[in-house]
Amino acid sequence: MTREALLPLAVLAALAVAPLAGFGGSYELTLLARAMILGMAAVSLSFLVGGAGLVSLGHAASLGVGAYAVAILDAHGVTEALIVLPVAVAAAAGFSLLTGAVAIRTSGVHFIMITLAFGQMAFFTTSSLAAYGGDDGYTLYGRTEVAGTRLLENRLAFHYICLGLLALTWGLCAMLLASRFGRVLRAARENAQRVEAVGLAPYPFRLVGYAIAGALGGLAGVLLANATEFVSPATLSWQRSGELLFMVILGGVGRLWGAILGALAFVLLETWLAEQMQHWKLVFGPLLVLAVLFLKGGLSGLVARRHG
Amino acid sequence: MTTQLLLVQALNGLQLGILLFLVAAGLTLVFGVMDFINLAHGVQYMLGAYIGAALAAATGSFWWGLLLGLPAALAAGLVLEVLVFRHLYRRDHLAQVLATFGVILFLNEGVKVVWGAAPLQVPIPALLQGGIEIMPGLQYPIYRVAVLAAGVATGGLLWWLVERTRAGMLVRAGATNPQMVAALGVDVGRLFTLVFAFGAMLAGFAGILAGPIFSVEPGMGDNVLILAFVVIVIGGIGSIRGAFLAALLVGLIDTLGKSMAPDLLRLVLDPSAARQAGAALASMLVYVAMAAILAFRPAGLFPVRTG
Repeated sequence: MTREALLPLAVLAALAVAPLAGFGGSYELTLLARAMILGMAAVSLSFLVGGAGLVSLGHAASLGVGAYAVAILDAHGVTEALIVLPVAVAAAAGFSLLTGAVAIRTSGVHFIMITLAFGQMAFFTTSSLAAYGGDDGYTLYGRTEVAGTRLLENRLAFHYICLGLLALTWGLCAMLLASRFGRVLRAARENAQRVEAVGLAPYPFRLVGYAIAGALGGLAGVLLANATEFVSPATLSWQRSGELLFMVILGGVGRLWGAILGALAFVLLETWLAEQMQHWKLVFGPLLVLAVLFLKGGLSGLVARRHG
Repeated sequence: MTTQLLLVQALNGLQLGILLFLVAAGLTLVFGVMDFINLAHGVQYMLGAYIGAALAAATGSFWWGLLLGLPAALAAGLVLEVLVFRHLYRRDHLAQVLATFGVILFLNEGVKVVWGAAPLQVPIPALLQGGIEIMPGLQYPIYRVAVLAAGVATGGLLWWLVERTRAGMLVRAGATNPQMVAALGVDVGRLFTLVFAFGAMLAGFAGILAGPIFSVEPGMGDNVLILAFVVIVIGGIGSIRGAFLAALLVGLIDTLGKSMAPDLLRLVLDPSAARQAGAALASMLVYVAMAAILAFRPAGLFPVRTG
């Protein structure tokens, strides 16, 4: 158990030394940044799926709300992270709170479909934002400034900022799940009726959990917009939501840090396959099916069993 | 907005609703009987459209495309069921969502490899070309009327199958309490394979019908799938009657919203702002309607499973 507790720290440490260990080129750093950012979104989704039992197929929407907050503020000349970050995170949390208020009234497959539908709603809304590029997307004038400095332009600094926020996201989610709040969420996942029987209503707990996951997704969205310096409706396509879920299950549901592993494996595999062939999804799709059918504990399960 | 335009848009909305119903019917039955969430149902619609288009081009006749396309869509559904879906029934919804998502990636890319990324055009069959006068001075394409009629007829047939035949009785019973049906000696696995293949064929049928109206392209099933999800959530999962009414409702809201919202907003906003806000509002309307209905009836309009 103690050794398993070290595994997530090992993953984070590996990411910390990667730029010093021969992965410091701009290509590798771009790839790693993308993996860490999607990893943040995946960890927050894992918090929902594995912790609260809420399988959301619309998590890319919170990513998109965060990214679009950056784009819209950029278009109006606001590029200071001290303003952009809180606004983006609050917008993503607000969006999740509003849609969650309806979605969480349902459960099981209804919940999956409703989160998917709300995700599509956000998708179509962003595609009709003609002032911010519509379908074509919006190119940022530059990366967000931090207290007036152009810190994020430095790739190495950006790497460590992404890593720091990823660690923060993981730490926060792990702490929340271990807290009394998380205990109620986990109990409600196992048996909502018993939770009610001891006098607690699961609904507000789930809603707050959903909003927190949305806020963290928004945070990842801010970084994603900065990493690519471009925002488009594709950021919040429903395929993206599906990919995030895949990262969670590939890494292993029930282990938050598994989502980081899943995101890394996903981004590296996707990039590698796309370089090998044009129609890489012909291979990727069946791989996904096979992973679901045969890799039941996910990658983190494999690692944890070997070191268990 | 004249009455004529309103009438045309209402007919277009009903016709979109009918196509959605054909897709949603299979989806809702599959979910109802086997508690199986199939994201790949949308690509079966796409596959139907492609197979129909390819067969129509090869034989030179839309009708041969339709006639041969239906069993081909049924076979495609069976192959997918045996290869992938059968292994997922005992797994949780998360696994089902992801595995069927993988099937979508594969098939969307697969049709690109076989037929290319460019949209295919399917000509309207000669018999159904031209328009009919539905009001003095107002022409409406015959093909679209035929799609409406075919959809309503299929809906009627489906109602008869589900409500009046023995197989339909088993399907209804399976949707209400699958364990009980299995305990009474019905091979639920085989029943499901049948329902599944039949649902795939209905989705393929919708795809073939949609070919001459919309362009046949990779990913065409994704939007239909999501609207079909909205339909079965509003209608109540497992309910054919609910799916029918909800499909018409969604088709009407979507089509009328897209044509009317910019005009309505022009009353309070300047034209360019109205066009923008109208487009955004119109694409949200369906989901807002869904949220509103679910806020009052979390299980949809016609819930099947009780307790």
